[in-house]
Amino acid sequence: MMHWISLTLRELLGLFVEDTRFVLTILGWLTVFALLLPQVPLPPPWRGALLFIGLAAILLSHCLRHVVRSAGSTPRDAAP
Amino acid sequence: MNAATMDVSWAHATPSILAAFFASLVECVEALTIVLAIGAIRGWRSALCGSGAALILLLAIVAALGPALARCPIGIMQLTIGTLLLLFGMRWLRKAILRAAGVVPLHDEAAAFAKETARLRALGGNSRWDVAATFGSFQITMLEGIEVVFIVVAIGAGDTGLLMPASLGAIAALVLVVALGVVLHRPLASIPENSLKFVVGVLLAAFGTFGVGEGLGISWPGADWAILALAIGFLLTAMLTIWLSRLKVVQAAATGMERA
Repeated sequence: MMHWISLTLRELLGLFVEDTRFVLTILGWLTVFALLLPQVPLPPPWRGALLFIGLAAILLSHCLRHVVRSAGSTPRDAAP
Repeated sequence: MNAATMDVSWAHATPSILAAFFASLVECVEALTIVLAIGAIRGWRSALCGSGAALILLLAIVAALGPALARCPIGIMQLTIGTLLLLFGMRWLRKAILRAAGVVPLHDEAAAFAKETARLRALGGNSRWDVAATFGSFQITMLEGIEVVFIVVAIGAGDTGLLMPASLGAIAALVLVVALGVVLHRPLASIPENSLKFVVGVLLAAFGTFGVGEGLGISWPGADWAILALAIGFLLTAMLTIWLSRLKVVQAAATGMERA
């Protein structure tokens, strides 16, 4: 039973966290964005755009960093 | 039910249905592979009982969580659920990009079926009430189902009127996969799982960004239509990332050959 509960909890955490650095970067950007939002005099349409640009940059940079790290070696991540 | 909850725009409902349908399709296919292996090796009675019990429990969770979330303060809930949805969507999108670029191997349902079949055969013993088979079937249905429940509840949490379209999308996927499983009696290896994960990742990342923005007080231009714009933005970003990743893989291979 305990094994099943810990497996379920791990599975639940795994829904959101696969690459810890990736998740922390996203959460970091959301925190910075939330703190800066009231200070920066951006017109409303640009606020959403800024949020998206940050997330898109994180996605692109993390994927490319992963590619560079694993280039030349055999694929490391197991397909779940 | 008041008019506000019934008035769900198509701009919001269509992505909700699609996201829930495609995400549920991926999870149902993964669960079906293991349930089929259990049914074929250990007997259908135990496999179906385990899955049925898990499905009833999952429906109870949705029925309990949906109305409970509707009573939470909307701003806090949008921010929390939006963040979780964003993390979930970005995880799938990242993995789908890396798989499309050839950096991470594709998920193989046929291989998963063969591995599970071999494991079950090795267990030995096959009584009328097979506890191991029932529990195994219950466990895989619960684990994959929890992901479906999260997606349905998270999509429905931003707007109570969206819980129904999201649930319909998930139920449609379940019915489709069960029907295909009954007809084919083998794993659905030809389902393009990575493409589905790519589409779902794009949609959930768009939903998540929209929810986080609303939770932080951003008024999105075009209201619900901003979700579509965000989805297009994530799609273009993902395609650009795949192209750049493939370029880097080719460059690395060329460099490696030169060194050799």
